[in-house]
Amino acid sequence: MKKVNVYVTLRESVLDPQGVAVKGGLEHLGFAGVESVRIGKVIELQVADDTTENMVKEMCEKLLVNTVIENYEIEMGVLA
Amino acid sequence: MKFAVIVFPGSNCDLDMYHAVKDVLGEEAEYVFHTETSLEGFDGVLLPGGFSYGDYLRCGSIAQFSPIMAEVKRFAEEGRPVLGVCNGFQVLVEAGLLPGVLMRNRDLKFMCKTVDLVVENNETMFTSEYAAQETIRVPIAHGEGNYYCDDATLAALKANGQIAFTYKENPNGSVENIAGITNEAGNVLGMMPHPERAVEALLGGEDGKRLFTSIVKWGARHVTYN
Repeated sequence: MKKVNVYVTLRESVLDPQGVAVKGGLEHLGFAGVESVRIGKVIELQVADDTTENMVKEMCEKLLVNTVIENYEIEMGVLA
Repeated sequence: MKFAVIVFPGSNCDLDMYHAVKDVLGEEAEYVFHTETSLEGFDGVLLPGGFSYGDYLRCGSIAQFSPIMAEVKRFAEEGRPVLGVCNGFQVLVEAGLLPGVLMRNRDLKFMCKTVDLVVENNETMFTSEYAAQETIRVPIAHGEGNYYCDDATLAALKANGQIAFTYKENPNGSVENIAGITNEAGNVLGMMPHPERAVEALLGGEDGKRLFTSIVKWGARHVTYN
């Protein structure tokens, strides 16, 4: 088995209301100089050793990511 | 007309949808579980609201792979009526039957209230019983109804008259106040507001009823009964 991480982030053109709210929270706590906050997610997969990056890409395109609003990066073979 | 009300794990407006077409309109309706693979004998498909698969990953993203959805796609490609309300709308965009995506509401709040909608296109099989630019009152109940699409898609929606309903006052941040859109062919409608909850005066209003009578009227002209 190997571990794969998929990092899903919102596209730059898409407003992230969650990030805006969190930025407000940080400012409220007194953290100055926070330019912007954008929230994404990490999907951790454990896959068979012969799983290729192309196969993971297909998983992303078909289900894991909505490419209308999200970008993704794949990190292959991260050790658990 | 015979309607299929699709039931996913986590659907919770399926009874409302069934009640609207069966009890209020007096049409035929049957629940069709997500594991079914056939829509044989049905003339219309209704995808109800709720939280299919717990809204895990993204709203509607997992329901699109339910066995019944391949059949819903085939049904839609044949030009027959498919209506998705709320979570049903989210399922339709995730399944690629409608363009765009529904994101978290602008103010991050779940919004549950009755709103004014404007009928932007009354020449669809879902809206023919409304007047052009008519204002109707229909409830919304969603946390992720913030419609988004890129500029090219938005231009196409406008050019093809695919924007069926807009909000008079934008509750959730949707681009161009969009509340409901059709596909290019006009036989698939997705909308966040709940017309099935506005079919009886007793429950606060009847403005949603004409959406269903529009479909039935279309059916009377196009559906042939064996």
